[in-house]
Amino acid sequence: MIVWGLLWEIVGQAELTFFIPPLSEVLATLFSIIGTPAFQKALAETAYAFFVGVAFAIAIGIPVGILMGKSRLLDELLLPWVNVFLSAPLTALVPVLMVLFGFGMKSIIITTALFAIWIIILNSRAGVIQINRSLVEMAHSFGASPLNAFFKIYFWAALPEILGGVRIGIIRAVKGVIIGQLLISIVGFGALFELYSANFLMGHFWAVLIVLFALAFTISEFLAYLERRVSYYASKR
Amino acid sequence: MAMSPIKEVTAQTTPMEFESAVSVRNISKNYGDVEALRDMSLEFPRGQLTSLLGPSGCGKTTLLKIIAGLLEPTSGQVEVNGKTVSGPGKDRAFVFQDFALLPWATVIRNVAFGLEMRGVAASEREAIAEKYIKEVGLAGFEQSYPHELSGGMRQRVGLARALAVDSDVLLMDEPFSAVDEQTRRKFQEDLLNLVQIENKTFIFVTHSIEEAVYVSDQIAILLPRPSRVSEIIRPSSFRDKGVDNIRRDPEYLDIVDNIWASLRGYVE
Ligand SMILES: Nc1ncnc2c1ncn2[C@@H]1O[C@H](COP(=O)(O)OP(=O)(O)OP(=O)(O)O)[C@@H](O)[C@H]1O
Ligand SMILES: [Mg+2]
Repeated sequence: MIVWGLLWEIVGQAELTFFIPPLSEVLATLFSIIGTPAFQKALAETAYAFFVGVAFAIAIGIPVGILMGKSRLLDELLLPWVNVFLSAPLTALVPVLMVLFGFGMKSIIITTALFAIWIIILNSRAGVIQINRSLVEMAHSFGASPLNAFFKIYFWAALPEILGGVRIGIIRAVKGVIIGQLLISIVGFGALFELYSANFLMGHFWAVLIVLFALAFTISEFLAYLERRVSYYASKR
Repeated sequence: MAMSPIKEVTAQTTPMEFESAVSVRNISKNYGDVEALRDMSLEFPRGQLTSLLGPSGCGKTTLLKIIAGLLEPTSGQVEVNGKTVSGPGKDRAFVFQDFALLPWATVIRNVAFGLEMRGVAASEREAIAEKYIKEVGLAGFEQSYPHELSGGMRQRVGLARALAVDSDVLLMDEPFSAVDEQTRRKFQEDLLNLVQIENKTFIFVTHSIEEAVYVSDQIAILLPRPSRVSEIIRPSSFRDKGVDNIRRDPEYLDIVDNIWASLRGYVE
């Protein structure tokens, strides 16, 4: 980390290219713009789009994945689509979304959700498929209703895989929210990037990028931590 | 076959000297092309322990799951307390070979699971669960998680969970096969006590001849290909001689030898 930071500083100081300003300058810019209303507005808008998008992806993705794991029919119906979308270049879909849902927040939220949801579905499904058959039989033999089986057995048994899916989904959602904003560049950081790069403010550009990377990294690490807390029993099941 | 001290009867002609808690009538079960059970009939006397004993693959688990309502028979029917079984019910509880505990739940929540599914209020079901945790000798482990317990203790949790719902019939599929020998002996003694104090009908699947003879009021020997009840043995004399004397009793030893004689031909 430190070595790379120093390297960046040296390359920047050497003024090889206007594209890479010295790290110290970037950091200084970072602190100066972090308090500005433009930055905070962008951050708030991004956070909003991100959380709403992720919330939709989780709220829809987990139940759909669990149901796919439980029902053969549903699985055969949906799995090909999930796999297609998982590997599809979703960025190419954003213009279509823009046409469908307009040039605003709505499209960005949907983009974010679309980036996150497929891996969440796939992992929830995998979690349910590996579930110990005798747990299902046990619940059945004690008269568990389908709803009880869903919330008291399937969800918990698949939780380690579900959390793994949510973590990767959220990392993808960070991409989604940024790509969405870049393509629909009138809100959030998309607007900021547009502004900075149009004015060749590379220090600002990098500063924002660092903030985004740091946020994505922090979120991912936090989720990995949660995952470790939960998987203490996963290895024992 | 000379089995002088043993009363030998075929399933169809079981004299009705006992009231049956569970009746299995002409059950057949096919898994695709595999014929797991063919036209099997068997009576399980109320308040007693019946073992299903037989070589691997003779359909013991299949029969037990059909009684539990977890599997549909291809033909025939099962009656529990005179009512035809159409699925799992409150009158039966299952003890699983691999324990089937919820790894994310504490002992007390595991034991209370059956009650939870039946909609018993939290405080009430915990009180009941606590009582049965004590009864199986796990007092003090209420807040432990399954992975913190030994195999034997885990099966005690499985047993307490089945007891807690207070069903008439307890179905046990090789419950002691995954625990070590000494724990197993202790379990067998405890099971004998349980049959005495709990007024329940036990149906017990095992691979072990000694275990079957030790714990059973009635032993159904199943033979494979096609799967059938070959004989029903009712040990008579050593049951009240105390747990410590059973293994030395001549009748016990005779029965063990005789069963081995009739099963040895089926062991690969
Ligand atoms: N789900 C299944 N699909 C196909 N065949 C099965 C299935 N379950 C059991 N069988 C077959 O049915 C027969 C009886 O199986 P079952 O498990 O009831 O025997 P078991 O007496 O319990 O054996 P074990 O002593 O090994 O537990 C076996 O031949 C087995 O291969
Ligand atoms: Mg079996």
